[in-house]
Amino acid sequence: MSSVRVLVGTKKGAFLLTSDGKRKNWKVSGPHFAGWEIYHLKGSPADPNRIYASQSSGWFGQIIQRSDDGGKTWNTPGSSAEELKGPEGFPKGESNKFVYEGKVGTHKWYDGTQHPWEFKRIWHLEPSLTDPNTAYAGAEDAAIFKTTDGGKSWKELPGLRNAKSALWQPGAGGMAVHTILLDPKNKNRIYVAISAAGAFRTDDGGKTWKPINRGLKSQFELPDPDAEVGHCVHRIALHPSKPDVLFMQKHWDVLRTDNSGDKWTEVSGNLPSDFGFPIDVHAHEPETIYVVPITSDSLHYPPEGKLRVYRSKSGGNEWEPLTKGLPQKDCYVNVLRDAMAVDSLESCGVYFGTTGGQVYCSADNGDSWNAIMHDLPPVYSVEVQVLK
Amino acid sequence: MIRVVLPFHLRNLARVGEEVQVEVAEPITVGAVLDALEVKYPALRGTIRDHETLKRRPFIRFFACREDMSLEPVDTPLPEEVVNGEEPFLVVGAMAGG
Repeated sequence: MSSVRVLVGTKKGAFLLTSDGKRKNWKVSGPHFAGWEIYHLKGSPADPNRIYASQSSGWFGQIIQRSDDGGKTWNTPGSSAEELKGPEGFPKGESNKFVYEGKVGTHKWYDGTQHPWEFKRIWHLEPSLTDPNTAYAGAEDAAIFKTTDGGKSWKELPGLRNAKSALWQPGAGGMAVHTILLDPKNKNRIYVAISAAGAFRTDDGGKTWKPINRGLKSQFELPDPDAEVGHCVHRIALHPSKPDVLFMQKHWDVLRTDNSGDKWTEVSGNLPSDFGFPIDVHAHEPETIYVVPITSDSLHYPPEGKLRVYRSKSGGNEWEPLTKGLPQKDCYVNVLRDAMAVDSLESCGVYFGTTGGQVYCSADNGDSWNAIMHDLPPVYSVEVQVLK
Repeated sequence: MIRVVLPFHLRNLARVGEEVQVEVAEPITVGAVLDALEVKYPALRGTIRDHETLKRRPFIRFFACREDMSLEPVDTPLPEEVVNGEEPFLVVGAMAGG
């Protein structure tokens, strides 16, 4: 029988939750990297025992951790004394070194002036679909980095910051590449999303990028209705069988595109609020999508204090609340953008974590939910692996 | 040998105890101790000072013989008590309020 491993990044460490395919009884491992902020962990689709983790701290900066045994042990790749000593001596590579390529440049600051790029942390790690040693990292301040040596060294793909980046501006949470989607049918196509710059696409493996924000309306933040960049995209998602169809949770509005981002259409429909952070797609039904409505940009908790996942089986517009097992009164948590995931078991599992430290699991496509963790630190990210 | 005391999280990262010892060639300065520390424990590179500029990270402080050396030039010689091993060189994470 298959089993699942849920990778949870929190404000105070990482936790690994494992269960068999029934997803009823869970074993907990952690905290790993206790006391550090773990923005994201993700396993390699090509080697599930290879897991990358982003560990950071306001005191000590950014660390990349890697496990080669499914999270039992961890190491900072490339940081042993032997690995760092090149032929001419120390050093030759550092796993925690993220340096912007070339001239650093500037982006728009809160007051409208230009501000130099400053590396702060890695928000998101996206391992290659085929090579365990290749992975992408989404950074704050917004940039995308790539490793081809298992995380020993990272190099920026600077073309992204050529996509009108002087107009990008941080939102309240900073300015970060928080979403990286690899097209499973086209190895040269990658999508990223940045708050508050928008969504971008490369069709040449990351050399050049273009904004894909046509159809997005952000009238309060961007008076120009045709603004090409500057949109606060919170999350985008795709189904592997239809990678030209993307779904987006924006600051306000839920949208979809059927042409790889060339044009977006709003599909918020009957949602009680179209503000929110995560969005995800059912593992086996490309038109079934999930969001967690949040009251507003001023009130980061569910409408009416009821924690509800909304599911659309029609690719948007028509939504149904999923409430069974979720608190339906006095609930004032948030669900962050990287804190929802789906597994690929026959009955699709859906998972999400909250800022209140709960991790919820549905083993039946969202019909019913169980809290598999109640009292973790605020959850930043949730990923799930199916292990054969 | 120079004794260096590390903050809790950096001990865990480097997989060492509270105090480590590093061999440092003279002149023994703040910068020379940090160089030696990073050679012996490469996982610490970038956590105490910036990779490129080698500037101290903002919330890290350096102490020797109860004196704050954080703002001293990195080529400032360390006190004799640190040089002869009587006193450790302290790398400290600044306290956060709230």
